[in-house]
Amino acid sequence: MEERRGLGFWLLALFFALFVLFLYGPTLTILALSFQGPDGGLTFPMQGVSTHWYQTLWKGVGVVDIWAAFRRSVRLGLVVMLLTTLISLSAGYAFRRRFPGQGLLFHLTVASLIVPSIVVSLGIALEFRLIDDAVKAYAEASGAAWLADYATAMGLFTSGLGAHLTWTLPFGLLIMFAVFNRFPAQLEEAARDLGASPWQVFRHVVLPLIAPSLVGVALFGFTLSWDEIARSSQAIGDLNTLPLELQGLTTTVTTPEIYALGTLTTGVSVLVIGLSFAAIALWRRLRLRSTA
Amino acid sequence: MSSSRPEPVPMPEGRGAATLAAPEAVLEAGAVTVPKAGPVAPPAPVLAAAPPPRRAWAPLLQAAPLWLVLLLFFVFPLLATGVVSLWNYTEYSLVPDVTQRNYVEMFEGCGTLSDGLCTTFRTYLSTLRLCGMVWATTLLLGFTVAYFLCFHIRSDGMRMALFLLCTAPFLTSNVIRMISWIPLLGREGVVNHALLAMRLVDQPQDWLLFSEFSVVLAFVHLYTLFVVVPVFNSMMRIDHRLLEAARDAGASAWQTIWHVVVPLAKPGLVIGSIFVIVLVMGDFVTIGVMGGQQIASVGKVIQVQMSYLQFPAAAAQAVVLLALVLVIIAVMTKLVDIRREL
Repeated sequence: MEERRGLGFWLLALFFALFVLFLYGPTLTILALSFQGPDGGLTFPMQGVSTHWYQTLWKGVGVVDIWAAFRRSVRLGLVVMLLTTLISLSAGYAFRRRFPGQGLLFHLTVASLIVPSIVVSLGIALEFRLIDDAVKAYAEASGAAWLADYATAMGLFTSGLGAHLTWTLPFGLLIMFAVFNRFPAQLEEAARDLGASPWQVFRHVVLPLIAPSLVGVALFGFTLSWDEIARSSQAIGDLNTLPLELQGLTTTVTTPEIYALGTLTTGVSVLVIGLSFAAIALWRRLRLRSTA
Repeated sequence: MSSSRPEPVPMPEGRGAATLAAPEAVLEAGAVTVPKAGPVAPPAPVLAAAPPPRRAWAPLLQAAPLWLVLLLFFVFPLLATGVVSLWNYTEYSLVPDVTQRNYVEMFEGCGTLSDGLCTTFRTYLSTLRLCGMVWATTLLLGFTVAYFLCFHIRSDGMRMALFLLCTAPFLTSNVIRMISWIPLLGREGVVNHALLAMRLVDQPQDWLLFSEFSVVLAFVHLYTLFVVVPVFNSMMRIDHRLLEAARDAGASAWQTIWHVVVPLAKPGLVIGSIFVIVLVMGDFVTIGVMGGQQIASVGKVIQVQMSYLQFPAAAAQAVVLLALVLVIIAVMTKLVDIRREL
């Protein structure tokens, strides 16, 4: 018994369509403009269609080694992805039981999400500066030769990695909460009654059921790291990640090359999202086949 | 035994449960998680499926990595910020001290109103103003989108597909989404061409880009989904019989929205508001890129002080910003709790 759609529905549907256009329109615009002809500028009209700007991008953008930044961002994103998944899974598992400090840990995690990023970034930068000062003072006092060349502890995989984790882990943990809230506990009990050890329960009962959600956590881990700017800004050290270089380029590059770079970066995100969905779908199909 | 323990977070019922059971991890991530454990919800010890309580040290061990990361990269940095905000500094180095210099300098001239507002107050006011505009707009847009998805889309599959369509951009780069506006809003951009063609204006408009307008527009573009997701989640838990009851009792569509949907969606609205307000208050990237580096904001002040290596001054700014944000959050969460107590 379908009701007829009223005027309200169509107005809201139109509103929604405009909202989606608002969300995607600009990105599609630069996608189109990135294929601007060699004589084309930053705006329409298109002066022909070419891959010219992708070719110039391939050769590098001015003084910045954009491909080194690209590789750095990929490496950091993968490490953040792996650690986010492992740490969130482990902590999510812990939160299924009571343990001392549970409430505090939960509040800290939420706080890590909502404290302004510039404050977190500044704090990490200060912390590492204090560490550096302490190490240098120690090197001077003790004359330790192995510390003679010490410059800084800041870097991509120390302060930078930590800054990214403060942003990705809250999302990861909250996803694990949602997953375990709806987890069929009877299955675990059944496995235990049959004599499975805690590790066996985890490995053969829990893990196969939550694997698709873990792919979701991994997806968040990578994409949030891949695009992160605010927390990286003060804490990344000497070598910038791709989004930071991109932010710098917005003021200096005045050709469609920047659109090509933007489209490429978005392409990586879309690719990762697509791969995650494919992995989830594949996993389900394999499970169905094995249970059939 | 585990089965006798209470479930701290009740499962949504009815239509909600059907949708939430849609197993895509990404959906869960978007639709369910953020609101469920936001600051309004109590810290849920997720006990629905707890194994028996032997090996009491196991959860401690499992939570240890998270503790470690948060201590090293969140708690200690905040403590360092607090301590350094009391230090002195020279052009070259930090000088451990307990001085009010940084706070005093920050509020220099703020005591008298005769010469107009001091820089710090002006910066905070302009940031708050931006924040207010963005907040109002995202709240309105986000609520409408979530309302349409929850109450006007009938098939669960379609609802999830549209929901994903709205949230997927979250996983792409903010800076790129910002620069995407340049070909639309610039002097030679699409909008100006359209306005000229329609003879609405007789010369290209400059206020469209690198202005307060473009900053607000970019914020709305980036952050509306931070409202959509929690509000959507709250709305999915609303029992549709309540709406029918309101209609049967003679309420108009607007009355139903205002007196039934809005109050029940309030937790989502509050969580969304907190996200938007915090993101805008601490921003320096969007305001920088879309404001053409011309618009003042608290985040930008901190960033500039950092680049001049005035760490203690930046730390003092950060402490004040953090305090302000915490006050705002405290007020917002009270709004929800009061409603629950009534």
